[in-house]
Amino acid sequence: MSAVIEVEGLTKRYGDFLAVEDVNFEVKEGEIFGFLGPNGAGKTTTQRMLTGVLPPSEGRAMVLDRDMVTNPVAAKERIGVVPEVANPYMDMTGWQNMTFAGELYGMPGPRIRERSEELLKQFELWGRRDDISKRYSKGMKQRLILAMSLIHDPRMLFLDEPTAGLDVESRRMIHGQVRERAAAGMTVFYTTHNIEEANVLCDRVGIICGGKLVALDTPEALKSTLASSQSVEVAFSPSADLSVLEEFEEVTHGEKHGDKCRLFTPTPGELIERLVAFAQESDRDILTVNTLGPSLEEVFVSLSTEKPSDQSNDGGRS
Amino acid sequence: MIRKTWAIAKKNIRIYYLKGPVLIFGILFPAFLFLAFAVGRNVPAESLVPGLIGMALFFTASATTPAILPFETRTRTLERLLVAPLPLSVLIGGDILSAFMYGLFLSAIPIAISFAFLGASFAQPLAIVAAVLLSALCFALLGTLFSSPATDEPSSIMTLSNLVRLPLIFFSGVFVPVSGMPEWGQWLSRISPLTYTTELLRAGIGQEVQIGAWWCAVALVAFSIAFWTVSMTLHNRNMSRRLSL
Repeated sequence: MSAVIEVEGLTKRYGDFLAVEDVNFEVKEGEIFGFLGPNGAGKTTTQRMLTGVLPPSEGRAMVLDRDMVTNPVAAKERIGVVPEVANPYMDMTGWQNMTFAGELYGMPGPRIRERSEELLKQFELWGRRDDISKRYSKGMKQRLILAMSLIHDPRMLFLDEPTAGLDVESRRMIHGQVRERAAAGMTVFYTTHNIEEANVLCDRVGIICGGKLVALDTPEALKSTLASSQSVEVAFSPSADLSVLEEFEEVTHGEKHGDKCRLFTPTPGELIERLVAFAQESDRDILTVNTLGPSLEEVFVSLSTEKPSDQSNDGGRS
Repeated sequence: MIRKTWAIAKKNIRIYYLKGPVLIFGILFPAFLFLAFAVGRNVPAESLVPGLIGMALFFTASATTPAILPFETRTRTLERLLVAPLPLSVLIGGDILSAFMYGLFLSAIPIAISFAFLGASFAQPLAIVAAVLLSALCFALLGTLFSSPATDEPSSIMTLSNLVRLPLIFFSGVFVPVSGMPEWGQWLSRISPLTYTTELLRAGIGQEVQIGAWWCAVALVAFSIAFWTVSMTLHNRNMSRRLSL
């Protein structure tokens, strides 16, 4: 798969304040790329530079083979964007908002009408299309914003915290639409501070802290970087002493949890093989065995609490 | 790009033409100001015409643009415009077009009153048409300049715009023709674009003028270019600051 976003040395300064520092990464065609970070980490600033809203102080951002820094108007034609805090025009109806969005992309009238109908139906707003959007719920407004961003059938979608503060139904609908579109080949750049959302939705995630990209990989690979938090929980019949199990070279330390032993290890696969052999040798039955990985949240917290200046920034950890 | 400019203008017409600050500072305020000056004074009705039309053009055409960007910033609709594939000049151009049309539509009322009831005559129709069109454009551009500070408070910008607009009407030949002003006043009047509107209108209806019609037209074009250049520079500089408000 070819890269549809190529970011090199992207930097944004506000006076002396360095909001984003020398960020480098690529996003491949058709993937859902999660961009994670705590508040004030530089997520929105980065997305604004990638969508041509803010010019970077330094660096280069190629989006769909077009330079977002030197030729932002051409680059914007093929992307859809849901900004972090954006509203539809409250004094205009859902239909008028859709039409206006289509006109901004220079679409012909019949095509605007066709796409507006299609999208308003998909986002369950068709029945309320003639109501002014002031009367919409927050979830409906956000669905309308998402529909507006898709009016020109973009190849790529940028979403900045699209589900923040939404009800479950709207959140599920937005997730479903994102997955559906990614399955159809659309690339999605998904900015969020919601770790679980990134975990279940994204093919890869980049984590930004203090303006620096500190990690870049698949959610599972990132979890495995926290080797000390991986463990295997096992129960034998008859039970085995924790002290015996802690002797295995794969185990860093162990904890007793009721009738189960939790054994921490950087190599859970090898430890399971050793436990099976141990059960056979000592004539024990394995009642239960589970691998317990760290959550993406633990990875996030671990990376967020490290000083960004301590991190290498050659594209993050991968 | 013309279609996109028109799309922005249509949106502005739909949303901002009837906003409170636009109606108050664009229509009611100048109307009452003019009545306060004209009612009860023993001046020929015809001599009031250039001032009446000039003031209408000045206040209406410069009323909407100062309100639009602060409102868009406050209601969080601005960033959706900025992610669309259009240069800032088209975005601001749409604002100017809607302000220009607002000025034309609303000044049509005092123009009609002037020619129907106040005895104004079409001595030089071309000068009148030029005065209306060039002035509406120039004042719409002036409004764009007012809207350049990064704020999400429309009232702050309306106050700022009135700080500039109000003094201008007193030395721009609105109430007293430029020829009737003291010498220092006549010099001062040259720095106001409104002076060239009233002088061009006076020429149009066959009254005595201090500045030739052609010079007035050239001055209005020059002011328009200057307002456009300065406002685009300021908008470019301040747009990212608006997003952090």
